[in-house]
Formats: sequence, C-alpha cells, structure tokens
Amino acid sequence: MPPAGPGVPHGVSVEPLRQPAGPVRFVEDTAAIVAVEIRKLRHDPLELLTRAVQPVLWLLVFGTVMAHARAIPTGGLPYLDFLAPGILAQSSLFVAIFYGIAVIWERDLGVLNKYLVSPASRPALVLGKALSAGVRSLAQAVIVYLVAAGLGVHLRWGPLALAGVVVTVLLGAAVFATFSLIIACLVKTRERFMGIGQILTMPLFFASNAIYPVALMPPPLRWLAHLNPLTYQTDLLRALMLSAGRSAFGLPRDLAVLIGSLVLLVGLAARLCPRVVQ
Amino acid sequence: MVVRGLTRRFGAAVVVDRVDLAVPHAAVFGLLGPNGAGKTTLIKMLITLLAPSEGTATIAGCDVRTRPAQVRRLVGYVPQLLSADGALTAEENLVVFARLYHIPRAQRRARIADALASVGLAGSATKLVRDFSGGMVRRLEIIQSMLHRPPVLFLDEPTIGLDPAARHDIWAELRQVNATEQTTLFITTHDMEEADALCQQVAIMHRGRVIAQGTPGELKARVGPDANLDDVFIALTGGGTQGVEEGGFGAAGRARRTARRLG
Repeated sequence: MPPAGPGVPHGVSVEPLRQPAGPVRFVEDTAAIVAVEIRKLRHDPLELLTRAVQPVLWLLVFGTVMAHARAIPTGGLPYLDFLAPGILAQSSLFVAIFYGIAVIWERDLGVLNKYLVSPASRPALVLGKALSAGVRSLAQAVIVYLVAAGLGVHLRWGPLALAGVVVTVLLGAAVFATFSLIIACLVKTRERFMGIGQILTMPLFFASNAIYPVALMPPPLRWLAHLNPLTYQTDLLRALMLSAGRSAFGLPRDLAVLIGSLVLLVGLAARLCPRVVQ
Repeated sequence: MVVRGLTRRFGAAVVVDRVDLAVPHAAVFGLLGPNGAGKTTLIKMLITLLAPSEGTATIAGCDVRTRPAQVRRLVGYVPQLLSADGALTAEENLVVFARLYHIPRAQRRARIADALASVGLAGSATKLVRDFSGGMVRRLEIIQSMLHRPPVLFLDEPTIGLDPAARHDIWAELRQVNATEQTTLFITTHDMEEADALCQQVAIMHRGRVIAQGTPGELKARVGPDANLDDVFIALTGGGTQGVEEGGFGAAGRARRTARRLG
C-alpha cells in the first residue's frame, strides 16, 4: 500500500483507473457537468426567482393586454393559450443565449482550463454545459406553468405531455446555450459578448412564432422564422402544453430540427472551445 | 518528461522558442523567468491546452501532440488563478473532478475524505469555497489536481498572492506530495525564494528561450560564491520584464483579480 498523502486514502488500495467505454464515458462526463449546475442551484435558488420576473411580466402584462385587444389571429386558440408556450420558449432562450458569458467568466477564473485538461471529451463538456442551461430553463418552466394555470390557460397535465415539455425545454435551451458557447469561443471577452448577445436575442425572439403566428410576418421575416430553432421549439411546446394545441410543422420535423441543430452546434463548439483558453 | 525544440508562435511573435528540457521522474522542477518569458505558454503546451508550432514533448512516454487524451490522464494541473468553484462546497469541487477522471464510485468517497483530511480541510468539506481563505483554496486545488494520482503535477505560480504562512503551508504540501507519491512537480514561478525552497532542478526562461538549467547550487556558483537565486536571475535576465504575453495588460488584470479574491 502506498503511503498516505494528499489525495491518497488511508486503507484504500490503489487500483489503475478504469476506462469506461466511449458512450458510457460520454454520458458520465456530461452528467458530471450537469450535476455541478444542479448543486449550484441548490445552494443559490434565489437566482431562479429573479430570472422568473421577465416571463411573468410578458404573460401578465403583454399577454392580458393583447388577449383583450384580440389583434392577433391564433387559429381559434385564446391568445393567452397561444402565448404561454412562446413565453416558455423565450425564457429558455434568454437563459441560454447569455450562457457563454458564464463560460468566459470560468475561463478567466481558470475553472475552464481544468475541465479542458481533464480526460473528459470536448463534446461531453460542451453538451454538459448546454444541458446545464436547460436545467436552469426547467425552473422557468415551473413558473410559466404556475402563472399560465392562474391565468386560465388550458394546459395538458398528462405525464407524457409534461415529459415532452421537459425534453423540449432542455433541447431548446441546449441549442441556444451551445450557440452562445460558440460566440464566446469566437469573441473571448465579456464586453464583446454582451454586445453580440443583445444584438442576437431580439431578432431570434421576434423572428419566431413565439408571440404571433409566422403567417402574419412579411416574407423575409417568415423565411428567417423558418430557419430559427426557436420557431420549432415553440411549435413543439404548443402541441405538448395546450389541451387544444396542434403542431404547425409536425412533431417529427420539430424534433429533427432541434436535435439536428444541437448535434451540429455541439460538434462545432467542441472544435472551437480550446480557442477560448489560448 | 522530455521536451525537444518546443516552439510556439502567435503570428510573427515567437513566444516559446526551441525549448529543450529533461525532467527526471519524481523531481521537483522549477521553471523561472520574468513576466512575459513564455512560462505559461510552455505549460499550456505540456498540458495539451495549446498545440506546439514545432518540436516535441513527451510526458511519461506519451507525446503531447499525438496522444493528448492519454497525456491528460497523466497530468494534474493547478492554474495560476484560484480556480476552485466558489459556488460549490470543497467536497463538491472534488466530486466533479473525481467523476471526470472516472475514479470508481466505490473509491470516491474515501479518496475525497482522506484527501481533505490530508490538507486539514476535513472540517470545511461542506462549506462553500467562496468563504475560504486563499491558502485554503490553494490546498483544495492541490488535492483536486491529485485525486487521480497523476505522475506529473503542473503548478503555475502556486503561491502567488498568498501570505507567508500560507506559502509555507503550500510548500509543505507540495514536498509531501513529491515525497509520498513520487509525483514529478513542474512549477513555474518568479519567486526565487520558492524556487530555492522547493526545487531540485531549475531552468531560467527569458524571451521564450531557456537560458540556463541546473540545480540551484550550480546556478548560484556560476554567478559568485555568495550569490543567491535572485542574483542569478538578475544576472541572466537583466531583471527586466517583457510585455509580449503573460506580462501584458491581461496578466496584470488577472493577477489583480487573484489578489482581490485572496483578500
């Protein structure tokens, strides 16, 4: 038995570290990064409440006013029903799109360097960070559901529908958080990132079906909306969240766009992420 | 560890220039140099964070260019900044790295508990790291980087910003790691007292090149009978600094942030 020292347990035999199989390792590494986020949220849940203010205001103020105005054709849905999934998608976008700034902060503190020196694969680290943003967005989902239910939105409460919403929120947030990581890898500083993040957020939000149908948009904006993953996330949420909800594009297409975007963006971010520490 | 002709360019600037080093197993090796000498860039190449422009480096027989994934399993790294996550407890900081290094679940708890006890942090295991002193964070980072028992541990300016008592504590921990685990320690510093206290072998880096190598005694003898390492350093480097890389504005800012975190 080796002598005891820092990191050497007394009375525990030293065995060579196992090398789990590739896919198992990938899942374990991703889960380890997500677990960090969950532990942080448990230590400081107040942040979740402060972030919930914005979606609550959108539903309570914008939603009730527009519902009263009856200005937006929603295909027979009450406007608040139409809006609630859009606001959930929007709130997860807002959480995720600034996630890159946390990574720049971690780079500045040296935390990111240590992750990148560990044997964890780059795609697992990126996906772990992306799903961490998803975990934060799930807290938003709880708030949006509570407010929507209070406003009389006709929600589905079946376990399958709720599980589908959880997956959709995780996927959507992961897509935009990975996009945010890519921007962070390219611009490298918080100041530049803040500027670009603000430039991106509004077009992503308004060029989507979150608060009005795509059919109302002028053609160039409609074209942009069809390229925007937020449109498909909102469409999927509308189908899953609302008792009278239907998908405009079809669930397979919505899922394919979200999963395809995530795979592409994680691959790109994994290639770019070493640049952020160089 | 063997380094041959290792070079890194950023555009036209040659930040590390044809560096040759040989670090024996279980040695404590000090890489000394003024700010901007290229020490951090060299360390980043050795731990696979940065690809070399030219040259080779092998760590425990693994080439950093061709087998980076294996090299990552063989090295531990303590960055210059205090990099433990302040929003997590000490134990949680260790758990995440135990998982990323695939330490078997059955061993994790005992390994983490013993590691914390070995540096006097057992009583602070469940406290948030943001409430730790600088010396406590550094001790935590050392055990964090050693959880997977790497044969080589890289430490970038390990005692920068610490008070004298904390510095001596860290030196004691590092001596113990070296003696009990036979871990090779590769330390960058511009603190000559630290080099003299810890290192059996030192190399002095200046403007990207290694300009002298040997034991502290050998280098002192080159300068004069009563010379200390400060005299050696000033004689060889001229005592100046360069602003190319880690001596630049960014590094000054980082050093200030570290100082603020250390209180």
